[in-house]
Amino acid sequence: MLKNRIIPCLDVKNGRVVKGINFVELKDAGDPVEQAKIYSDGGADEICFLDITASNENRDTIYDVVERTSKNCFVPLTVGGGVRSIDDINKLLNCGADKVSINTAAVENPKVVLDSSKKFGSQCIVVAIDAKKNGDKWEIFTHGGRNNSGLDALEYAKKMEDSGAGELLVTSMDRDGTQIGYDVDLMNKIASKVNIPLIASGGVGNLDHLVDGIKLGNASAVLAASIFHYGKHSVREAKEYLDSKGIPVRV
Amino acid sequence: MKVTIVDYNSGNISSVINSFEEVAKNKVNIEVTSDLGKIKSSDKLVLPGQGSFKSCVDALNKIDGLTEALNEFAINNKKLLLGICVGLQMFADVGYEETETKGLGWISGKVSKIDNQNGKFKLPHIGWNQINIVKDSKLFRDIENNSHMYFVHSYEFVPNDKNVISATTDYSSNIVCSVEKENIFGTQFHPEKSDKIGLKIIDNFINL
Repeated sequence: MLKNRIIPCLDVKNGRVVKGINFVELKDAGDPVEQAKIYSDGGADEICFLDITASNENRDTIYDVVERTSKNCFVPLTVGGGVRSIDDINKLLNCGADKVSINTAAVENPKVVLDSSKKFGSQCIVVAIDAKKNGDKWEIFTHGGRNNSGLDALEYAKKMEDSGAGELLVTSMDRDGTQIGYDVDLMNKIASKVNIPLIASGGVGNLDHLVDGIKLGNASAVLAASIFHYGKHSVREAKEYLDSKGIPVRV
Repeated sequence: MKVTIVDYNSGNISSVINSFEEVAKNKVNIEVTSDLGKIKSSDKLVLPGQGSFKSCVDALNKIDGLTEALNEFAINNKKLLLGICVGLQMFADVGYEETETKGLGWISGKVSKIDNQNGKFKLPHIGWNQINIVKDSKLFRDIENNSHMYFVHSYEFVPNDKNVISATTDYSSNIVCSVEKENIFGTQFHPEKSDKIGLKIIDNFINL
């Protein structure tokens, strides 16, 4: 039986982890490689890096991070943030990323998704959708949630599937950072609309939220950042909890 | 001993390279090349593959003499070869992804789309699934039955002779996820992404 995945996400800026696990035994708390290794040793099903480097001159720092991580972690590695072109995707894959997530570029130019999935295969193309509720529908936001594209999230999700996306990483902008739980209504509506797997993101504050993302949101995988940081919960605890709730996980 | 990973522009092979280098450390020489001479003189070959069946076959055919070199290696000389993902799928006679495409024809059978039961199951089949080991294979030495492996695919290999199947996995149907025919091995899952247990499979192949 296919297992639901738990994916810890690390925000990386200028090659350093911004938030992160704050364990005493860490030699260097800001080193993404060391943190990723802790997660993969702890049973993470995949690792996700979100590059939030703002300045262009430091953008290359992520390549070094990805290269070192892929030599140390042997679970799938997804990298997103600032991915604009086929060339960016190619570079990340060559450094050892297994999947690349595309956000703003996919909204502005859906052809990037079409072309990259043709060139590299759908298996490595994740489209990241940032959605915010407006009345009875959800709209797509870009540029880290700053710009409203006005696009309907459900229609956009379907379009991305048709363009060759292998997975959708759906983040609720209303919930992101709130720790009050995923927008399971949004997740469930998109998951029912498409035939590709959905990764739920945004709003996790406790382990029950992960359960809800899968049971109510119909997500194939759940992504979380802050609950795994600062040692609040380990990935292993999360898996044991999901297992106790009857959710199939790799333990 | 020299293990060669065949680099034929079949997509992203960094993870395959990293995992083999991790396992081999400095004991075994891992080469990554499309050089026909080096391929022929290798002791073992790894045939990765990502993207579609057609794109991988096209990429093989683009390199003059590569298919012949692989045939000589695996069929005439019966040297050990491991196909991963589409690398395994290409063992088939024919694949139906994008359009009907001729495979290497090493293990009789076809590669067709996984039946998702009218959308009841998501495709691609992505994530960790357990393998049912159905044949005593050296590739699975010290690997427990029902171990989890990482999968990502929408197409499955359906061999004609069921005796070549060494493991299956349960999704929307029972999917062949590992084959073995004499010197030819293949996994549909990605041992290079399957954590320590996957590295053990790579170690087993290196030590065959």
